[in-house]
Amino acid sequence: MTTASLRRTPASPPPASGEGLGRGNGFDPRRLRRDFPIFAHNPDLVFLDSAASAQKPRSVIDGVAEYYRTDYANVHRGVYRLSERSTELYEEARDKVHRFLNAADRREIVFVRNTTEAINLVAQSWGPALLREGDEVLISELEHHSNIVPWQLLRDRIGIRLVVAPIDPTGGLDLAAFEAALSPRTRLVAMTHIANATGTLVPVERVVQLAHRRGSLVLIDGSQAAPRLPIDVQALGCDFYAFTGHKVYGPTGIGVLYARLDVLSAMPPYQGGGEMILHVSFDKTEYQEPPHRFEAGTPDIAGAIGLGLAIDFIEELGRENILDHEEELTGYGVDRLSRIPGLRLLGAGQRRLGILSFDLEGVHPHDVAQVLDRHHVAVRAGHHCAQPLIERLGLSGTTRASLGVYNDEADIDRLAVAIEAAREMFAR
Amino acid sequence: MMDLRELYQDIILDHGRRPRNFRTIEHPTHFAQGYNPLCGDRVTIYLTLDGDRITDISFQGRGCAISTAAASLMTEILRGKTIGDARALFAQFHVRVTGGEPTEALAEPLAEEMERLEPLTGVKAYPARVKCATLSWHALEAALSGRDGSTVKTE
Repeated sequence: MTTASLRRTPASPPPASGEGLGRGNGFDPRRLRRDFPIFAHNPDLVFLDSAASAQKPRSVIDGVAEYYRTDYANVHRGVYRLSERSTELYEEARDKVHRFLNAADRREIVFVRNTTEAINLVAQSWGPALLREGDEVLISELEHHSNIVPWQLLRDRIGIRLVVAPIDPTGGLDLAAFEAALSPRTRLVAMTHIANATGTLVPVERVVQLAHRRGSLVLIDGSQAAPRLPIDVQALGCDFYAFTGHKVYGPTGIGVLYARLDVLSAMPPYQGGGEMILHVSFDKTEYQEPPHRFEAGTPDIAGAIGLGLAIDFIEELGRENILDHEEELTGYGVDRLSRIPGLRLLGAGQRRLGILSFDLEGVHPHDVAQVLDRHHVAVRAGHHCAQPLIERLGLSGTTRASLGVYNDEADIDRLAVAIEAAREMFAR
Repeated sequence: MMDLRELYQDIILDHGRRPRNFRTIEHPTHFAQGYNPLCGDRVTIYLTLDGDRITDISFQGRGCAISTAAASLMTEILRGKTIGDARALFAQFHVRVTGGEPTEALAEPLAEEMERLEPLTGVKAYPARVKCATLSWHALEAALSGRDGSTVKTE
């Protein structure tokens, strides 16, 4: 995949000067860090675990508090002004997500808790309503547990087949094998956009084309892509797209399921309760239209508003700029880490974004992470909730450094120094 | 870096690099697997018991420096001990690595062995690493309880 194909619009020519990475777009992680209070409270912190959860800018933290202070009331029910104001803010957040994904219709945006809940919603609502025993759901070896287990639960419940498309020896999706795994019974392809354990970019446009050609719907798990790439669900052509708020610099507890309106309209409710009904009697209940049909009970109003503020923050930085920054810094990280003897980057040769996952010969990931922590470098160690992939790669775990808008080359340099220290300490 | 060396003392680095009794026993009388779901690490403990005496003990598996060193030291210490000795040591060890003070003193020969485990008690300052130090002991307990071939989790 070329860089250009990741972009919604062609990148504009860079201005003459710039700071930080020198991309010339004025993107300066050092200065940006001042917008994230966590760094004021932890001045030595080198935070390289944004793939697990990103830090929050002041606008999100303060905006959520401000909402509780000034505009809070329950949504969609009060006739008093405060409730109307709260409802407006909540629905404004939906509009922001609508634009963030370039969805065709705001009703295609369902607020959920996180990516995991989004995928479970599809598995539990769309699955039993539209699949029959023997139908197939096709995933890949790159998936993390939340795009594996919901389908296993569905398999155990209604007898679908769960088919797994393999990776090639370099750790990328094997497109030929994927194509071969598509069968007339394939009803859904559920695949990650960027693999969380290795950072490998999946050519999802191609996946959607191939799947649609065989009459299958496609769900994309955008957990790692939404913070890093411009996402255009219409251009992608996918039927479902899931992402979580806390990885896009928003609050925890809020996530998004995008689903094409015709698909969503054919789906029965996921959970029952208030908000999702039109009329209830003890004999019969009429359900709301999407998206409210899928938002039973009082939603995470402040979370949705916080997510909207996080989207404002991202759009203000510019998603092309963020992509430039992540690409540049990922490239720098690959170069820098590759020079460390005994260090093996996972998915070498694969196109990757924002995630550097590695094995350090003879040193267990937890020992690496422990030494890194002593150097104030925060990374993730272990199987990254993608056990099948890690085992497939012949490992029990890796050390994973992942990037955010606040990271710069100096962070990568400090990571490298800390890895060298770990190597010296444990080398046989 | 001083405090990190309290966690990774020389004896731990040494046993982590060159684990002792790192082998299988062809026909063990008892064995069990320990599994830490947090990191995916596994260790298998093999035992040969003669009555209630441990005549041979070994381990296999993949783990961090601390879990490897803990298993290695455990196998060194427990060869020739009785099941009762092993359980008394584990009880005392467990209290020490979780930051407590043992209420009962161990008998003299066992107290000396306990001192050999002292370097591992550095994990008490690192809650996430306590399980690394105790994984092999939990597997040992599973094997001794007759849960042969079973997998015990640290959770």
